[in-house]
Amino acid sequence: MLDGKIPSGPLAEKWTRHKFEMKLVSPANKPKFTVLVVGTGLAGASAAASLSELGYKVKVFCLQDSPRRAHSIAAQGGINAAKNYPNDGDSVHRLFYDTIKGGDFRAREANVHRLAEVSQNIIDHCVAQGVPFAREYSGYLENRSFGGAQVSRTFYARGQTGQQLLLGAYGALMKEVARKNVDLYPRREMLDLIVAEGRAAGIVCRNMISGALETHLGDAVVLATGGYGNVYFLSTNAMSSNVTASWRAYKRGALLANPCFTQIHPTCIPVHGPHQSKLTLMSESLRNDGRVWVPRKKGDSRAPHAIPDAERAYFLEERYPAFGNLVPRDVASRAAKRVCDDGLGIAGGNAVYLDFRDALARCGRAVIEERYGNLFQMYEQIVGANPYETPMMIFPAVHYAMGGLWVDYNLMSNLPGLYVLGEANFSDHGANRLGASALMQGLADGYFILPYTIGDFLAGSGKANVTPEDAPARDALRDTQARLDRLVGLRGKRTVDELHRELGLLLWEHCGMARNAAGLRQALQRIPELREEFWINVNVTGSQGTFNQVLERAGRVADFIDLAELMCLDALERNESCGAHFREEHQTGDNEALRDDEHCCHVAAWAYGGPGEAPVMEKEPLTFESVHLAQRSYK
Amino acid sequence: MAEKTISITLRVWRQDGPQAEGRFASYHAKDIPADLSFLEMLDIVNAGLEKAGADPIAFEHDCREGICGSCGAVVNGHAHGPQRATTLCQLYMRHFNDGDVITIEPFRAKAFPLIKDLVVDRSAFDRIIQAGGYISVKTGTAPDAHAQLVPKPKAEQAMDAAACIGCGACVAACPNASASLFTAAKISQLCKLPQGDPERKRRVSAMIRQMDHEGFGSCSKHYECQAACPKEIKVANIATMNREFLRTLLPGE
Ligand SMILES: Cc1cc2nc3c(=O)[nH]c(=O)nc-3n(C[C@H](O)[C@H](O)[C@H](O)COP(=O)(O)OP(=O)(O)OC[C@H]3O[C@@H](n4cnc5c(N)ncnc54)[C@H](O)[C@@H]3O)c2cc1C
Ligand code: FES
Repeated sequence: MLDGKIPSGPLAEKWTRHKFEMKLVSPANKPKFTVLVVGTGLAGASAAASLSELGYKVKVFCLQDSPRRAHSIAAQGGINAAKNYPNDGDSVHRLFYDTIKGGDFRAREANVHRLAEVSQNIIDHCVAQGVPFAREYSGYLENRSFGGAQVSRTFYARGQTGQQLLLGAYGALMKEVARKNVDLYPRREMLDLIVAEGRAAGIVCRNMISGALETHLGDAVVLATGGYGNVYFLSTNAMSSNVTASWRAYKRGALLANPCFTQIHPTCIPVHGPHQSKLTLMSESLRNDGRVWVPRKKGDSRAPHAIPDAERAYFLEERYPAFGNLVPRDVASRAAKRVCDDGLGIAGGNAVYLDFRDALARCGRAVIEERYGNLFQMYEQIVGANPYETPMMIFPAVHYAMGGLWVDYNLMSNLPGLYVLGEANFSDHGANRLGASALMQGLADGYFILPYTIGDFLAGSGKANVTPEDAPARDALRDTQARLDRLVGLRGKRTVDELHRELGLLLWEHCGMARNAAGLRQALQRIPELREEFWINVNVTGSQGTFNQVLERAGRVADFIDLAELMCLDALERNESCGAHFREEHQTGDNEALRDDEHCCHVAAWAYGGPGEAPVMEKEPLTFESVHLAQRSYK
Repeated sequence: MAEKTISITLRVWRQDGPQAEGRFASYHAKDIPADLSFLEMLDIVNAGLEKAGADPIAFEHDCREGICGSCGAVVNGHAHGPQRATTLCQLYMRHFNDGDVITIEPFRAKAFPLIKDLVVDRSAFDRIIQAGGYISVKTGTAPDAHAQLVPKPKAEQAMDAAACIGCGACVAACPNASASLFTAAKISQLCKLPQGDPERKRRVSAMIRQMDHEGFGSCSKHYECQAACPKEIKVANIATMNREFLRTLLPGE
């Protein structure tokens, strides 16, 4: 049985106690340790900067030309914290409880409680960094509401919260680069993990300009490489978001937990055609003021403003009066899917309205513009319609991966020395993440958790002492080279994107918003065929030794195909519905997700079984000491 | 419903590497749906090239939402294309006409060496920020967020400047290839906030020094940068930067 290494003691005291009990590395010894941080999103940048401030030597890697461009930059709506500034009844315990409940009771209590505890420090720190959060005329910070909560605890910087938080963390990182304590390696793609005597001790990466392979060794490796939503091809993630770093670690022995838990976000711009390359999110914050509806009558082709209120179905408000438009994402997405499946979608298709008419009448255009100006502008640019005049059209889209590499309470994977932060780990969101909680988690991991827990490991284990000549480093380099050779040798007929699209459609259909055993089995049959097709019939132009974007994509898609298979297997094995994982066989009388706490109250952590062998599932049972496992209700 | 489509001719700058010779190559893009983004149009052209076993056009992109600052090219003489306040990834084909000839070139500047085709090296921007584009607070030392109030107008002005995405369009648009707007935006954001005050003088001197050192030109008030900026960062920030710099020269300041 997997051990999450949760400290003993009462829930609210665990972290404080643990911090005291962990071993420390003395200031004189910290510079002797090198930590490799892969990823410069909120999690990676905050971790790298904080570790360097403490005195560790840090090397940091990212795909983009600058760390500032990591996918976190795109986060729009906000970041949660239990500050209770509005005095509306928030507390650490309430944020903890909302997050556990929002995740449909499939996350670890102790992790989530710690997250809620440190949430307050995050806001303090970001304000000190000069993050220009929204303020009231009094000069105090302003809050808004997000789904799954009945308090206003979300801090924001217009519709660019991720950008501002990331630029804060990036600034801190640049400060440490200037101090020459962090070495920066942009345009590097990690392609393998070096594991020596069971301990993570380095990485192999490709220089994306020259194509050269590089070996980097260290005393610990931190993966903060983001989520894998792009496995579906169409998602709200940045184009470069991928699973490769995690997948390579998995193949070297790291466990991958709950891979089937992927979040489908309710408010995105609908798909417009077969050449579409990505989907665009319209922030959940819009549901503070926007009302979601469809015409009551099938085939009602009138313009939206011509449809009177009585003939509109405000289906979220009707079905969930307590939370209304601010129900959690999984609930809102399924409701939208249901009305569209019933033929009530706009023009009979896959879209529902998000309408600001009433908010505009209530607060005036200036206020709405201040709150959401850039989102409205983005919508208009993409769709060519003005949301001040006509309601937005939205539909759910793939957005976030709750699943990820398994980590214990210290954020360390089962491979000693390998830490996983941010969206890349599985830790805090259970089967469904609440809005504005990913930014919180990424920064909690990087600023306030890893800097403590990594010291305990390094103090106990000492230096890794691996050299590039040692077998594990040489083997990893050789394997990476062999794989690249195989990829650049592919001269088939299909483009990488074509196969990726096909994989995405398959996954969307069988492992998307709703799943069932028959469909999952079908997908599990089809994916190996796709894999074969890929390794025979894909065309990779150019060579390894140049700037080659086709090769980059090909490597990522190859890993996505393998991941997709594991996702379907995990979805099939989890014989219940919970959060975003909706198995059609398991629903309540009124079509809500029906958990099976007796058999499924666990984390499913998958171990690579070896070439051609089936993966093996290990279970980490979830025990709840503080909350009562209830059927989620947002009515 | 038949989608509206257009057919266009592209003239694209192709260059294998920094030392290689560059040239314009022509491509025909047929029946492009008007609802596609400019980059999706390039995806289609590239898919055609890939199928033919040819080298696709290298261009940078990531978020495709106008926020990461990865994308950018000079389209028909305009950085990020002709649409105001729009990154290249947010430019849609509905703004072009059937039969158009579209010229696409990289952002050109001495401080942005070319890597391949439309991809350039903008790491000079990182080094300008390294010189001082931050507030030096260590993790764990901050007081409560409400310990220091920030008047709303100041916070809004700081946010206006902080909206910069670091794409480099300002440099590409400037006849002198100056990075003044980029540098000024960060200086301006931080000097508007009380937290940024202690490092004010050091910051402005160091960042301007680095900007010059990287080989960017100086500002001679053409204001092309403001016109090209996808985030509408105002040249007033450059005035703020200059004022901040003058302050460092005043005795007793
Ligand atoms: C459109 C959008 C809006 C969002 N809005 C919100 C919001 O309002 N509030 C909220 O809380 N959350 C939001 N989220 C979710 C949140 O933004 C992400 O979950 C979070 O930013 C992830 O941060 P991260 O640091 O874990 O990873 P990322 O920011 O994804 O960073 C990953 C890093 O890893 C690097 N990398 C990846 N693979 C490799 C490799 N193989 N080799 C080297 N480097 C690699 C990348 O270059 C990058 O630097 C939003 C997400 C999207 C898509
Ligand atoms: S791709 Fe991110 S701004 Fe254009």
